[in-house]
Amino acid sequence: MLGRTLREVSTALKQGHITPTELCQKCLSLIKKTKFLNAYITVSEEVALKQAEESEKRYKKGHSLGDLDGIPVAVKDNFSTSSIETTCASNMLKGYVPPYNATVVQKLLDKGAVLMGKTNLDEFAMGSGSTDGVFGPVKNPWSYSKQYREKRKQKAHGENEDSNWLITGGSSGGSAAAVAAFTCFAALGSDTGGSTRNPAAHCGVVGFKPSYGLVSRHGLIPLVNSMDVPGILTRCVDDAAIVLGMLAGHDPKDSTTIQDPVKPFTLPTSADVNKLCIGIPKEYLAPELSSEVRSFWSKAANLFESEGAKVIEVSLPHTSYSIVCYHVLCTSEVASNMARFDGLEYGHRCDINVSTEAMYAATRREGFNDVVRGRILSGNFFLLKENYENYFIKAQKVRRLIANDFVNVFNSGVDVLLTPTTLSEAVPYLEFIKEDNRTRSAQDDIFTQAVNMAGLPAVSVPVALSNQGLPIGLQFIGRAFCDQQLLKIAKWFEKQVQFPVIQLQELMDDCSSDFEIEKLSSVSLKQ
Amino acid sequence: MAALMLRWSCLGKRWVLACIDGGSRHGRGAAIGLTSRRKRGQSSVAQQPLIAVQKSRKGEHEWAAVVGLEIHAQISSNSKLFSGSQVHFAAPPNSLVSFFDASLPGTLPVLNRRCVEAAVMTGLALNCRINKKSLFDRKHYFYADLPAGYQITQQRLPIAVNGSLAYSVSVGKKPSQVSTRTVRIKQIQLEQDSGKSLHDEPRSQTLIDLNRAGVGLLEVVLEPDMSCGEEAASAVRELQLILQALGTSQANMAEGQLRVDANISVHHPGEPLGVRTEVKNLNSARFLAKAIDFEIKRQIHELENGRKILNETRSFDDKLGCTMPMRDKEGKQDYRFMPEPNLPPLLLYDTASLPPGADPQQVINIDWIRERLPELPGKTREKLIQQYGMLPEHSFTLLNEVGLLEFFQNVIKETRAEPKKVTSWVLNIFLGFLKQQNLAVNESPVTPSALAELLNLLDRKAISSSAARQVMDMKRGNPRAINKLIGLVRKATLSRADPTVIKEILERKLSS
Repeated sequence: MLGRTLREVSTALKQGHITPTELCQKCLSLIKKTKFLNAYITVSEEVALKQAEESEKRYKKGHSLGDLDGIPVAVKDNFSTSSIETTCASNMLKGYVPPYNATVVQKLLDKGAVLMGKTNLDEFAMGSGSTDGVFGPVKNPWSYSKQYREKRKQKAHGENEDSNWLITGGSSGGSAAAVAAFTCFAALGSDTGGSTRNPAAHCGVVGFKPSYGLVSRHGLIPLVNSMDVPGILTRCVDDAAIVLGMLAGHDPKDSTTIQDPVKPFTLPTSADVNKLCIGIPKEYLAPELSSEVRSFWSKAANLFESEGAKVIEVSLPHTSYSIVCYHVLCTSEVASNMARFDGLEYGHRCDINVSTEAMYAATRREGFNDVVRGRILSGNFFLLKENYENYFIKAQKVRRLIANDFVNVFNSGVDVLLTPTTLSEAVPYLEFIKEDNRTRSAQDDIFTQAVNMAGLPAVSVPVALSNQGLPIGLQFIGRAFCDQQLLKIAKWFEKQVQFPVIQLQELMDDCSSDFEIEKLSSVSLKQ
Repeated sequence: MAALMLRWSCLGKRWVLACIDGGSRHGRGAAIGLTSRRKRGQSSVAQQPLIAVQKSRKGEHEWAAVVGLEIHAQISSNSKLFSGSQVHFAAPPNSLVSFFDASLPGTLPVLNRRCVEAAVMTGLALNCRINKKSLFDRKHYFYADLPAGYQITQQRLPIAVNGSLAYSVSVGKKPSQVSTRTVRIKQIQLEQDSGKSLHDEPRSQTLIDLNRAGVGLLEVVLEPDMSCGEEAASAVRELQLILQALGTSQANMAEGQLRVDANISVHHPGEPLGVRTEVKNLNSARFLAKAIDFEIKRQIHELENGRKILNETRSFDDKLGCTMPMRDKEGKQDYRFMPEPNLPPLLLYDTASLPPGADPQQVINIDWIRERLPELPGKTREKLIQQYGMLPEHSFTLLNEVGLLEFFQNVIKETRAEPKKVTSWVLNIFLGFLKQQNLAVNESPVTPSALAELLNLLDRKAISSSAARQVMDMKRGNPRAINKLIGLVRKATLSRADPTVIKEILERKLSS
């Protein structure tokens, strides 16, 4: 049951094959079994069981709240959750219990979803590995998959397996791992430069970044307000559409959400791609791109072409400026957004009290890690009066050029862009930490970041396993507010590629003798 | 030198002379006699109103002072600028604080429509151009009562620009000589108020009250078109009356609803402007005038003694009557302005640009607001002058004293007496009485009806003018005045009435 998709399990709940409480308990038990993945910072067991119980009552009365009622979900720990600690994986917010729910969390709860817990991330979502949080790195469930282990056995004998686990990507690595390891059916991530799509690609799940303004940010602890969007991680595209349908729409608490009413996001079971025009941005053919990813990318293009779609090479000429531009805009907003963490109203406060200034300084030094402090310092530098024109204003202009690149391409008749999500499959942790956070973020976000600058919807869909037995994802980028069309195309593609299901049987057997999960190997994405 | 008194006369087109002469006022006004209004659009040099201070005895050359103001008016609104918290003066500490006001992470600003309307009204009343598109910015600084570490304001593109404010100052020896001046308004911007820090010195701790944090402010920036404390105080008073007439701010300085910062510099006429200082947090018109005049005097004194003026922020000590540098404002602040990313541009419409089918709840129509502007003080005075043949200075006094206009109008309604007589009685005898007793109009023991009745008696010649004055004197608490009244009654009754009965009746009447 746990390996099924949200839609499948929702049907099972409706038909009474399983009760919400049973489902919740199964997930809780799996969360415990997979604790070593470090996917969750907080497991809200009591709350979840209570919510499941209430859901069960509704089902018994025949008053189900819809597709999400009784469905276990997880939420990245940078979304405010009323009476559940919200840490952003930072010392600064350890012990901080928000008095309110983020709008997206409230919407999930209003639809009867069962909140399993808060997932791990890079501190304040600054990173691309989910390795830089105060609660430690998240381990990629695929490190323990049958597929990966078998490949490794063929190659290297005698290596210490435990020290060679893979990163999830980030910063929403906890959410991606939680969905990939079957501990929930959908998870919220956040996406500022690729933070939902990147770990989705590495963990073999669907990672969807909605159009900016489609989903409320109220309650999401910001990284870059003008680029942040709540992301959705699920096991298939259909599930992402279901969750999007629950979350999308105007929020009076977020003035940047669209006013127009949102139509439901139902995807057709069969789609016709022969009238589509798929754009392949030539600038995305980066030299660092692994040959495997490159080959899957080109196979995907061929697939569309063979089904009658028009596939053309397009140009997004300002792509190469995206990383630097992002760096300036991101750090500037970070410097501003982090100013509120001064130890006065909430969060960490140091013991020093000789003066207010000394208290601020020590609190912030103790509360933030090096990455956060580094970005605050850079950002404040860019915002200085003497630098503002040369950095911030220029970066804003470049951002406009980057956004216009997309507008031009879409105006030329392209329906969606097809690109890689990441340069390669997930790398081992020990490999990953050889480079610093800044270098890593710059490298890992290159295919995903420009989308945030332009506010466009994008989705990473798992395509196939690499030679090493690890997932590879490809990204579709759509026109602003054409989220449904984007998901429709992604769904068609997903159906064609038949991405294999992660086989965690061995892992489960290894780490638990009393684990009783249904035959995972039999679970497939087929509807 | 330090004891020098400086008196200012603030007239003239731009060359206004006054003297530092140890206290006497010679030369006041007489030296120039240029009383025409300063107009906008004069040459840029001429924009600077100067007050030339002649050191007549020493014959040193003149000084000119330049004063600009930044005025923060708290918007009269039920809720705060970006949150739903209520706004009340003197509520229990931290009882009016929303999650946004406390800057809880993840909260976002939502603009209060009422505050935008108040800004548009104020902008229109001050002859501003209303920007149909304005933007919000973050201004960063660390302060304990600024929970977010930044204030949301309108630095780049404010809601209203290029306005003007006409105000009057008395010139010459007689109070009747009123001269009208104009100060240009650079801009009006919407911004958030900060919270309040309460310093508990004995325990060496600071307590924070966030009730005020996030309350909407109108920052009105007046160009440096003024040249002395009196001008500045008069301009602020006029602005206060306008805001009160509009209902956009209660503008009560004592309650902090109107706060004034003054930028002051001195220079020699014809030379570039001097280094300016900023005197912050002036919370009464009297202190504003005093602080500015002190600061001008101080700067001249410093410069004449070969010292330099520092570009610094100073505060005014009302007990010592002097300004001094503010410690916590030392060093140059870089506010690291940045666009507020959580608020889309604020778009306003007029009837011509209103999108068809727009939800009236979602759009603000400038023309609609313009058509509904209440009568402004200038117009009220004009009407008083026309309707009652009042002198201009009387119209000013009627408006300047809180509640006096209403009192006057109520008396007028109930009396047959000549308006001129009513004006004279209200402004001279009644107001004199209040001033003497240190009472506000609404604390007066004399009701408008009582005064109206008295004036009716006077009008019917039932009592003489002197008797009427005696009645007022009685009201003033002069017990001996009753004897005079008894005498008058006895006289009127040809001594047939019993003085004891007369006294009883009079006392009863007067205490009613």
